[in-house]
Amino acid sequence: MLVMTAVLAKAGLAGEPSQERQSTLRNMLNHDCGACHGLTLKGGLGPALLPEVLAGKPDDFLISTILNGREGTAMPPWQPFMNRDEAAWLVGVLRKPEH
Amino acid sequence: MIKLLPLIALLFSLNAIAEPRATGDLGIVIEREDGNALIINTTEHKRLAKIEKLGDLSHASVVFSRDQRYAYVFGRDGGLTKIDMLKDAIDKRIIQAGNSIGGAISQDGKLIAVSNYTPGGVKVFSAETLELVADIPSDYGEGLRSKVVGLVDAPGQRFVFSLFDAGEIWMADFKNPKAPVIKKFPNIGKQPYDALMSPDGHYYIAGLFGEPGLALLDLWNTEAGVKHILPDYGKDDEKLPVYKMPHLEGWAVAGDYVFAPAIGQHKVLVIDKNTWELHDTIAVAGQPVFVMARPDARHVWVNFAFPDNHQVQIIDVKDLSLHKTLSPGKGVLHMEFTPRGEQVWVALRDDNQLVVYDTDTLQEITRLPANKPNGIFFSSRAHKIGL
Repeated sequence: MLVMTAVLAKAGLAGEPSQERQSTLRNMLNHDCGACHGLTLKGGLGPALLPEVLAGKPDDFLISTILNGREGTAMPPWQPFMNRDEAAWLVGVLRKPEH
Repeated sequence: MIKLLPLIALLFSLNAIAEPRATGDLGIVIEREDGNALIINTTEHKRLAKIEKLGDLSHASVVFSRDQRYAYVFGRDGGLTKIDMLKDAIDKRIIQAGNSIGGAISQDGKLIAVSNYTPGGVKVFSAETLELVADIPSDYGEGLRSKVVGLVDAPGQRFVFSLFDAGEIWMADFKNPKAPVIKKFPNIGKQPYDALMSPDGHYYIAGLFGEPGLALLDLWNTEAGVKHILPDYGKDDEKLPVYKMPHLEGWAVAGDYVFAPAIGQHKVLVIDKNTWELHDTIAVAGQPVFVMARPDARHVWVNFAFPDNHQVQIIDVKDLSLHKTLSPGKGVLHMEFTPRGEQVWVALRDDNQLVVYDTDTLQEITRLPANKPNGIFFSSRAHKIGL
């Protein structure tokens, strides 16, 4: 558990996006991710992205899903629009109960 | 005289309340983040009222009663709200499912059907009371229930819809609302993501996400089953990422041609309506989301998925060429033509605005504020099959 917390903290600190970038990413999360996963992230054509749903899934898996998309599903790669640190930051946002 | 004063005052106030309002040129604009519906007047370009607390409207659609008094709003969270456009108020509201995508009104205007993701299926309600009339779970195997998309009304008091996970089209006949008759068309193709009904109620077409092409059901000849059209389109081309699912709404037909968004290609498909083969493709600015014909079908307007969603392109149907590219603002999510098409309203989500264009000169007429608008629906839809 301690290790995991440390890893999470590291993922968060590694390259925390600027305030302005955070607000762009949040807007993207609400509206562009939200187009399929729902504004409240309870799911739509895409699965729900609530903390309890993501709990069992490692950071690397989620970051890679965001960046590379998922074959055979409607999930596209977001790599052209964000870097790894930003995807990691988004995963951190998703893991928090309120965002 | 003194005694008469209150009576006169009463008469005046009654007169004010009874100020008549016609609804044929009204519309509903959805504010997705706030969960509001704005009632607007399309002749005067005015916001008339804001109806609040309609839940999660991050994806929402609206149908209208045939008397054009009521608007039925289908919310993402399973909310179904009946708005009285004469009283600027909610008439009735229910939560009918956990996660839903859209709805339709029956040919006779008496039934409202909603397509649901969770739990998957279609629920049908009385348009008057919103009481449940029928529940059609989208079961397609042991413990499997599909998300339902592309629900439309069809002539003969029917609803037609597609099962995203199952790859099926179902047709439900509601002539007897207590005992609907359901006909299923299996194996129509992988992952139908949305569908449309031709304005004459003749053809139902579902777009496929999981494989190339579209699924076509001829309602004049349902015995023939569903035909997979354009099965080879783009098969050998690299599929570009799709950052927003296209919508198949407002069938764009002009003469012999049908216009539809390609999936994973920055193109609009032009399909020959007689042979159902690809006639041409038109290169556009991005992944098309809405491909909508102006009511006179001379032009086809196209908007795009992220990151090209600041533009709108207009195709000239006369020679299938790109006529003009407009840059109305950030986050173009939806467009709606006035009933006879002289103007179009465009929703700009990220600019918090609605912009109205003259569709002939392509000049901007006005802008109205709206908070994160995503859908624009005019009451003229009340009298259109499939909308």
